[in-house]
Amino acid sequence: MNLDHSILTILLLTPLAGAAVLALLPEREGSKTHAAVALVVTLLTFLFTLHLPWHFDYAAAPGTFQFEKNLPWIATPAIHYHVGVDGLSMWLIVLAGFLAPIGVLASWKAVNKRERLFYTLFLLQQVAMIGVFISLDTFLYYGFWELSLIPMTLLIATFGRTENRRRAAIKFFLYAFIPSAILLVGMLWLYARTGTFDLPKLTALAAAHAISPNNHALWLCSLAFLVAFAVKVPVFPLHGWLSENIQEAPTAAVMVLAGKLGLYSILRFSFGIFPEQSHAVAPLMLALGAIGIVYGSLMALVQNDLKKLAAFSTLAHVSFVILGIFTFTVAGLDGGTFQILNESLAGAALFVLMGLLYERYGSYDMRDYGGLAVRHPWMVTMFLITTFAAIGLPMLNGFVGEFLILSGTMQSYVMHHVLWTVIATTGVILSASYMLWMIQRVFYGPLGLRAEEVKGWDLTAREHLELWPFAALFLILGVASPYWMKAIDTYGTIVATKPDTMAPGEIKHIETETYRTTGTAFMDPALGAAAQGKPTPPVNKGARY
Amino acid sequence: MNQFDTNLLWLIPALPFAGFLLNGTLGRKLPRAAVTAIALLFTLAPALIVANLWIVMKAAGAPLSLSVTGGPWIAVSGFTVPFAFTVDHLTLIMLGVVTGVGFLIHLYSAGYMAHEDGYWRFFAYLNLFMFFMLVLVLSANFLLLFVGWEGVGLASYLLIGFYFKKDSAANAGKKAFIVNRIGDFGFLLAMFLIIVHFGTLNFADVFAKVPSVAAPFTAIALLLFVGAAGKSAQIPLYIWLPDAMEGPTPVSALIHAATMVTAGVYMMARCHAIIDLSPTAMAVIACLGAATALMAATIGLVQHDIKRVLAYSTVSQLGYMVLACGVGAYSAGIFHLMTHAFFKALLFLSAGSVIHSLSGEQDMRVMGGLRTKIPVTFWCMTAGVFAIAGMPLLSGFFSKDEILYQAYISPSPVGKLVWLVGVITALLTSFYMFRLWFKTFFGAPRFDEHALGGHGHEDLAPVHAHKDKHATMVAEHEPSHGHGGVHESPLVMTLPLMILAVLSVIGGIVGVPTAFGGHNEFEHFLDPVFAGKVEALAGSGGTAITLSTIATLCFVLGLFAAYLFYFKNPDRASQLAAKVKPLYSLLDHKYWVDEIYGAVIVTPLLMFSRLFLGGLVEGAAVQGSAAGLAGGARGLGWLVRRIQSGNIRSYAGWLAFGAALFLVFTLVISYSLHF
Repeated sequence: MNLDHSILTILLLTPLAGAAVLALLPEREGSKTHAAVALVVTLLTFLFTLHLPWHFDYAAAPGTFQFEKNLPWIATPAIHYHVGVDGLSMWLIVLAGFLAPIGVLASWKAVNKRERLFYTLFLLQQVAMIGVFISLDTFLYYGFWELSLIPMTLLIATFGRTENRRRAAIKFFLYAFIPSAILLVGMLWLYARTGTFDLPKLTALAAAHAISPNNHALWLCSLAFLVAFAVKVPVFPLHGWLSENIQEAPTAAVMVLAGKLGLYSILRFSFGIFPEQSHAVAPLMLALGAIGIVYGSLMALVQNDLKKLAAFSTLAHVSFVILGIFTFTVAGLDGGTFQILNESLAGAALFVLMGLLYERYGSYDMRDYGGLAVRHPWMVTMFLITTFAAIGLPMLNGFVGEFLILSGTMQSYVMHHVLWTVIATTGVILSASYMLWMIQRVFYGPLGLRAEEVKGWDLTAREHLELWPFAALFLILGVASPYWMKAIDTYGTIVATKPDTMAPGEIKHIETETYRTTGTAFMDPALGAAAQGKPTPPVNKGARY
Repeated sequence: MNQFDTNLLWLIPALPFAGFLLNGTLGRKLPRAAVTAIALLFTLAPALIVANLWIVMKAAGAPLSLSVTGGPWIAVSGFTVPFAFTVDHLTLIMLGVVTGVGFLIHLYSAGYMAHEDGYWRFFAYLNLFMFFMLVLVLSANFLLLFVGWEGVGLASYLLIGFYFKKDSAANAGKKAFIVNRIGDFGFLLAMFLIIVHFGTLNFADVFAKVPSVAAPFTAIALLLFVGAAGKSAQIPLYIWLPDAMEGPTPVSALIHAATMVTAGVYMMARCHAIIDLSPTAMAVIACLGAATALMAATIGLVQHDIKRVLAYSTVSQLGYMVLACGVGAYSAGIFHLMTHAFFKALLFLSAGSVIHSLSGEQDMRVMGGLRTKIPVTFWCMTAGVFAIAGMPLLSGFFSKDEILYQAYISPSPVGKLVWLVGVITALLTSFYMFRLWFKTFFGAPRFDEHALGGHGHEDLAPVHAHKDKHATMVAEHEPSHGHGGVHESPLVMTLPLMILAVLSVIGGIVGVPTAFGGHNEFEHFLDPVFAGKVEALAGSGGTAITLSTIATLCFVLGLFAAYLFYFKNPDRASQLAAKVKPLYSLLDHKYWVDEIYGAVIVTPLLMFSRLFLGGLVEGAAVQGSAAGLAGGARGLGWLVRRIQSGNIRSYAGWLAFGAALFLVFTLVISYSLHF
C-alpha cells in the first residue's frame, strides 16, 4: 500500500481521533488512562511523521510539493483540501510529532486533575499545528491557524500556574486574534483579486506580478500577513504576550507556544506570496531581529524568575531566525530554518527541566535555589547539555544554525547588514552570560534556602526518558547537520536572492529602491503613484514554485 | 616506516573522547584504579600515534603535510565545511606538546587528585579537554578549529569550576567562559568576513587565494587577534586567567599554562598568511603583546599566592609569544610556546607539589625553608625557575632570546620599542621568579609544622571528609613522614616533574641559533609552514651576541635583586613597598582592571537592562501597549459576542465579519488612490 498520498491526512486524523476518544473516555480520579491514551496517540503520530523523511524525494524539482493531496471541498468560494510537504515543512512536522509524546510525559505528574480536558486540548493543539504545516490552501491554513489559538488559550486559562492565568490567556488570545482577523481580510482580498485560495497558484501569480497592479494594496496586504505572523513569532517589539504566558502555561503547552508556527508562516506565505514586499521590508526586519537578540539577551540577564529568563531567551532565539531568513541568502535561510528546529528543541528541553525543578521545589525564583548540583548530578548534567546547546557550542545543534545565520547576514545585500551582523554576534557573548549565570545561581555555590527546606530527588526513569532524546538530538543535529539541511536547502536556494545574476550596480539600485519604498513611498500616496510608473525592481528574478 | 595511514589521524582525538565517554558515563561506579587506567591509556595512545607520526614525517623525503577529509559537517548550497584534519610541521609540534605534556599531567593528576570526590569527573573532563585540544590543532579549516577552540573553553569552564561548591570557583569558571566568548565574537566575525571574501573556510584554499583576493585584511587580522586575545589572555581580555587558578593545580598546568592558552598563538601562526598582509594589525598585535608581557610581569612582582605569581607569569610569557607573531617571528613564537609548555607545566606542577606538602597552603608569606624538606620538588622547580628566568643555555634563554632578537632586527616600525619592553620584562621575570624561589625554599620556615593537620591541599578545603583517609594512605607509602609533617609527593607526581625538568633544561638545544654555533634546527623545521621568513630577516652574528649578553645581564640582575630583597634581608622588600605605597597599591590591586571593567561595563549594562530596558521599554512601552490593545479589544470582543449571540454559526459568521471589514478595507484603499 502506498501511503504517500494519504500520509498527511493520516497525520491529521490520528491526533484528531485521539482527541475524540479522550473526550469520550470517562474521567476517574487517580487513573492515568487519559495520559496513557494520549501517549500512545502521540507516539503513533510521531511514528507516522517519520514516513516523511523516509520517503522524501530529494531529487524532486525545487519548489514542488510532495505527499500532495488536492481535493475540492467547497465550490464557491473555491476552498480546497490541499495539503503537501516540501523541504521547509518536512522537519517541522517531524518536530511537532517528536515534541508531543515528550509533552505528555512532562505532564504526567504535573497535571493531576481534569486530565480529560487537558489531553483533549493538547491533542487538538497538535492537530492544528500539523494542519498549519501542511496546508497549501490559504483558507484551510487559516482554519488551522485559528484552531491553534483556542486549545492554547484554554490550556493557559485552565491549567495556568497562578491566579494570573486568566489575564494571561486573554492577553494571548487578543494578541493572536486581532492580527489574525486582519490576516483573514488580507486573504479574502487576495481571493477577490485572484479567485483562488491556492498557495502554489498565488505564488506563481506573485512571481508574474499578476496579483494586483495596485502596489499599495499589495503592500497593505503583505503587512497584514507579516504582522499577524510577527506577533505569533513574536518579533520584537510585539512580544508583549510572551513572558506572561510562558510563566503561566503548563510545560507541555509552553513547548509549542512560540516560534515555529509564526516563523514557518513567514517563510511560506509572506515570502511565497509577497516576495518583493518581503525584500523591501527586510532592512527593518533585520534591524528588529538584531535588536531582538540583544534586547532578549539583556532582559534575560536581569531576571530572577527562571521562566521569564527562558521567555526572553526564547525571544532572542526566534530573533536569530528572523535575522537569518530576512537576509535572503542561502546560508541565512537554511540556517534560520534549521534554527527553528534547534530553538524548539533547546527551548522545550529547558522548559521540561525547569518544570522538573518546579515539581520538586515549587518555585521558579532563582533566589530560592543554589548548590543543587550536589543533590542532582544528572539534572545538572542535563541542564548543562541543554545550556550549551542553546548558547551554540560547536558540535551541538545550536551552533550550526547561529553560525549560518550570522555568516548569511554578513553576506547579505540587505542594507546595513554588516552593522546588524556585529550587533547580532554580541548575542553569543550575552547568551553565554545569562545561561551560565543561571546555572551558577541554581546549581553552584552553597545550598539555597528552598533546597534546605525541601528534599529533592534526582531524575526518575520517566524524566530520563523525557530528556535523553533531547540530548541525543542536540548532538546528532550538531554533528550531522547535512542530513537535515539537504531537505531545508531545497527550499532555501529558491528563496535566496542570487546576487550572481545581478550586476553590482543593480544591487545598489535595489537597495535604494527598497529603502525608498519602505521608508517613504508607503506613507506618501503621491510619491507612491510616481513610483508605480517605474519598472518593478528586479528583485528575485527566478520563478518560484 | 614511510607509510602512515592518514585515517589514524581520526584516532588521535577520538581516543581521548572515548575515554571521556567511558569515564563520564560509567566512571561513577568504577573503582579509582579503573578510572585512572582509562584516562591514562586513552591519553597515552594518541601520544604514541603522534610519536609514530613524528618519525614518519621526519624521515628523509617525507611529505610536508598529511591530510584526511571526512564527510561534510555543515553543507548548504555554495558553502561546505568538511570534517578534515591536516598535519604539517607546525601541527606536529603542537601535537607533540599537547599529547606529551598532556600525558605527563594526567599521570601527575593520578597522584594529586587521588583522594578527591569526583575523581572520575575530573578525569572525564581532562580527557574531554584533550579531545577538543587535539581537534583544534589538527583541524584543516577555520570552523573545525573553532570547534576545538570553544570546546577547550567548555572543558576549562568545567575544570575551573570543579569545586563548584565554592562561589569563587563557580565565578571564575563563568568568567573564563564569558571573556573567552568576547574573543570568540571577534573570531566569528573574522570567519564571516573570510566567507564573504573567500567563499570557503579551508585553510589551504583561503591561504592560496590570499594573494589574489582584495579582502579587508587589517580587519580580519585584528578580529582574529581579538579571538587570540581571549584565548591567550592578552590585553584587554587577560582578566580571566588569574582567576582560573581556582581550578585544581594540574588543570592550571595543563590548560592554563601549557596548552589551551597557547591556542591563540597557534591560531595566529596558522593564519600568518593573512596577518602578514596588514602591517597595521601586526604593529597593534606586537604592541599589545609587549604591553601584556610588561603589565602582567609588574603585577607578578607583588603577588603572594604562589599560583597567582605563576598565572601572571603565564600571561606575561604569552605576551612574548604574541609579540613574536606581531613582528612576524612566528617560528620564534612557536619555539617559545614549546619551551614555555615545558617549564611552565613544570613550575605549576612543582607548585602543586609544594602546596600538597603544606596541606593546601598557597601563600608564600607562610612558606620558606622548604629546600631540604621536599628536595625533589625543590630541584625540579629550580630547573623551571632558572629556565624561565633566562639562564644561559637553558630552554627559556634560547626561545626568549630568539623572540627579542627577531623583534630587534625586524623591519616593523615598533620592533625596537617592543624589544626594549621585552628586555625590561625579562628583567622583571627574573626578579619575580627568584622572589618566588627564595620565598618558598629558602630562609627559615614561616609555617607552623604542627598546625598542618592533615595532608590535604587547597583543593580539599571544602571536602574535609577524606582528610583522614588521605593521611592513612600517604602514611602507608611514606612511613618516614609522620602524620602532620611536611612531606615529599609520591613518585607518580615527582616522575613527571623530573621528566619536565630535564626537558626544561635541554629543550632549547633544538633551537640554538647559528651565532652560538647551532643550526637553528627548530626554525628550519618550521620553514615549510612559514616559508623561510627567517632567512629574510637574518641579521649579523654580532647583533645576536650583543643582545644575548643584554638578556644574560637581565637574568643576573634579577637574580641579584631578588637575592638582596628576599634572601639577604627579607625586610627590605616591605620597607621598599612602604616607601612607594601608591605604586605598590596599584600593582597589588592589579591596576584595578577588574574593578574598572565592573564599573564601566558590567554594572552599567546591568543597570541599563534592568532600568531602561526592563522598566521603560518592557514595562511601559511593550506591556503598556499590550494593555491598550487589551482595552481596545475588549470592546471588539463585546461586539463579537453580540454577533455570535445572534445565532450566526462560526465560520459563516467569520466570513460575514471578514467580508464587512474587507469592504471597508478596499473602499479605503480605492478612495485613497482615487480609483
